[in-house]
Amino acid sequence: MADHTEVDSVSGTATTGHAWDGIKELNTPLPRWWVITFYITIVWAIGYWIVYPAWPTISSNTAGLFGYSSRADVAVELANLEKIRGAKMAALATASLADIEKDPAMLGLARAKGKTVFGDNCAACHGTGAAGAKGFPNLNDDDWLWGGSLEQIQQTLLYGIRSGHPKTREGQMLAFGKDGVLKPAEIVTVANYVRELAGLSTRPGYDAKAGAKIFAENCAACHGDNAKGNPELGAPNLTDKIWLYGSDEATLIETITNGRAGVMPAWEGRLDPTTIKAMAVYVHSLGGGK
Amino acid sequence: MNQTVKPDDLKRDEVQPVDDYGPLYAAHKKVYPQSVSGTFRRIKWGLMGFCLGVYYFLPFVRWNRGLGAPDQAVLIDFPNHRFYFFFIELWPQEVYYFTGLLIIAAIGLFLMNAIGGRIWCGYLCPQTVWTDLFYAVERLIEGDRRERMKKDASSDPMRLERISELVLKHSIWLMIAWWTGGAWVLYFSDAPTLVRELVTFQGPMLAYVWIAILTATTYTLAGFMREQVCVYMCPWPRIQAALTDEWALNVTYRYDRGESRMSVKKAAELRALGQQAGDCIDCKQCVAVCPTGIDIRDGAQMDCIQCGLCIDACDTVMTKIGRPTRLIGYDNDINIHRRQEGKAPIYKLVRARTVAYAAIIAVVGGAMVYKLATRSLLDVNVLHDRNPIAIKLSDGSIRNAYTVRVLNKHGFDRVIAIDIEGPVNSTVHVVGADSVTPDRPMIVIGRDQTEELRLLVTAPEESNPEKSIPVKFHITDIGLGVVASATDNFVSP
Repeated sequence: MADHTEVDSVSGTATTGHAWDGIKELNTPLPRWWVITFYITIVWAIGYWIVYPAWPTISSNTAGLFGYSSRADVAVELANLEKIRGAKMAALATASLADIEKDPAMLGLARAKGKTVFGDNCAACHGTGAAGAKGFPNLNDDDWLWGGSLEQIQQTLLYGIRSGHPKTREGQMLAFGKDGVLKPAEIVTVANYVRELAGLSTRPGYDAKAGAKIFAENCAACHGDNAKGNPELGAPNLTDKIWLYGSDEATLIETITNGRAGVMPAWEGRLDPTTIKAMAVYVHSLGGGK
Repeated sequence: MNQTVKPDDLKRDEVQPVDDYGPLYAAHKKVYPQSVSGTFRRIKWGLMGFCLGVYYFLPFVRWNRGLGAPDQAVLIDFPNHRFYFFFIELWPQEVYYFTGLLIIAAIGLFLMNAIGGRIWCGYLCPQTVWTDLFYAVERLIEGDRRERMKKDASSDPMRLERISELVLKHSIWLMIAWWTGGAWVLYFSDAPTLVRELVTFQGPMLAYVWIAILTATTYTLAGFMREQVCVYMCPWPRIQAALTDEWALNVTYRYDRGESRMSVKKAAELRALGQQAGDCIDCKQCVAVCPTGIDIRDGAQMDCIQCGLCIDACDTVMTKIGRPTRLIGYDNDINIHRRQEGKAPIYKLVRARTVAYAAIIAVVGGAMVYKLATRSLLDVNVLHDRNPIAIKLSDGSIRNAYTVRVLNKHGFDRVIAIDIEGPVNSTVHVVGADSVTPDRPMIVIGRDQTEELRLLVTAPEESNPEKSIPVKFHITDIGLGVVASATDNFVSP
């Protein structure tokens, strides 16, 4: 530091006494208020370290005197949410499924909740609009493998289909070709017979009589004599216009040869009963419910 | 600097501009307006009483809307999304009425300005009204102009008497400010209930916060910032200057009569000799009473809020010295020049702009009244499901789903029937509704609310081969026979 104060003649500002190549550095310190504010922020930061979580330790961090944690904040928020929703959700928990659907307020709540939960858990397979995909049923239409009433939907949601849950819905489309029950030629015949039942075109020269015989011996046990299906066994109606895997000959042959065993997970234990009720009402209200 | 400089020798940068108003950032000079009485003061007292009375007591006015509906005449009900104004009840989707109100308010300001200058600023603006009230309190406690100036300038300000005066003044100010904030929150909730909650400290936090905010703004703006708000903060003085014209009547010093200024005695002497003499005796009363601390004799200026108090002050003086009143009055330069030329003044209230402003107000106001009088109390909005857009059913028919919102703005429950028009051989189903008439769903819509319905329209594909068919939804009020309609499309997958 220079012990003298030299004043620059042009600007009238004191210099620091430092000179580089004849250029002297002017001494224009930061405004005092700025410097004081800066020091206050430093002191403030120290206070912050003490009262809030700040410093990392080996396995955790300093907790701070206020005991603040963002996780606790979330817990409080969630508890508040529960308090706000509590009464309405309790009403949902006790009402019957049919009553929920008839009450506009409860229906609105169930649909709102159902839509969110559906998006989080079901949309991956069934699509965000529940329109399904090949192998994953469209939940908007009126074709239900295991029944489309409120109770049936709730049961499917709770225990799933071929889910491994003790109460799961269980049905089997056998692999008639792979297991050697039917010969490839017979499979082609019965596939064409099924197409005929559904009102679709058939391969020229196929033997309808033989097809009917094969169907009666192998398929009618589950799908029924008239091929209208059986929701108790999850056997689809083969005469309607909706096909889960496809109705073309090749797909039918594949289905009969290798069988089908789509899985719907059980949601009991993963979602609480009230949520599953809301889900059942939501899915039912999509439009296909019976 | 003693040597004489010829003007030609001066360079441009060596002279001061002629109209130099001083530095751009002038230090605030406190204004000490003197009390005054007269016509305009009376008008101002009257308007102040009226405006504050409306503001403070309107929330307590009741209006019977029937059972279950709020009975507050003016209520902005945010939780329930309603705005009540006496017999009018507006829903959120009708906020466009406020656009109309704002247009009328703006054009109303312009019209006032074209007729009588800054009538808004001088008489009606909340800043003026509350500042006036605060000045009245200050005057009552600390005394009139001279006393206040003396007390503020006193080198020994901390005498007990002075302190108690200041404490009293600020307490009353704060009380008025607190009332102002308190009245504000009453417009947003049932007033008597909220007052009860507030005084027992059980009111909602939000109410206390708003009261605190408005207490602070009122106290600061009316107690301390005062005319600085008008001069530095408010955009209206700038805007109105661009909107005015030469016919608008403004508070004007009639310099044709006033100049040149001289004492009463000298003027009398001159008049005795048959010579011209100005009426202004330079008593500066107009300056003393001015709430923005200006001299009106300098002509029209942005700082002048045209409250008319200088007219009262001058009239008092003119009456005392036996000269005609209204040396300062509502006038314009055209008339000053006409009088100087010996012509009679003319006042043109009906001009292109006043007619145009009045016409706009009439048209917008008329449109609003018409819309309000014919507004439907039954409304319907339809939203087509986007995903999936259409569903094929097991029998091959097509189904489209819609979210239908029915708005019942009546104060009673209504039964509505839903008909659709468009797709051939279609059927309608409302989810959750058990209808006695399956082909024509009937739903009860609760009073004063919106009901959201999930509507399914099903139609055979073979009778509706087009990819998209317009579909009309008719919502019929069974009791009143009123119909509301909406249009959407019925599409095939």
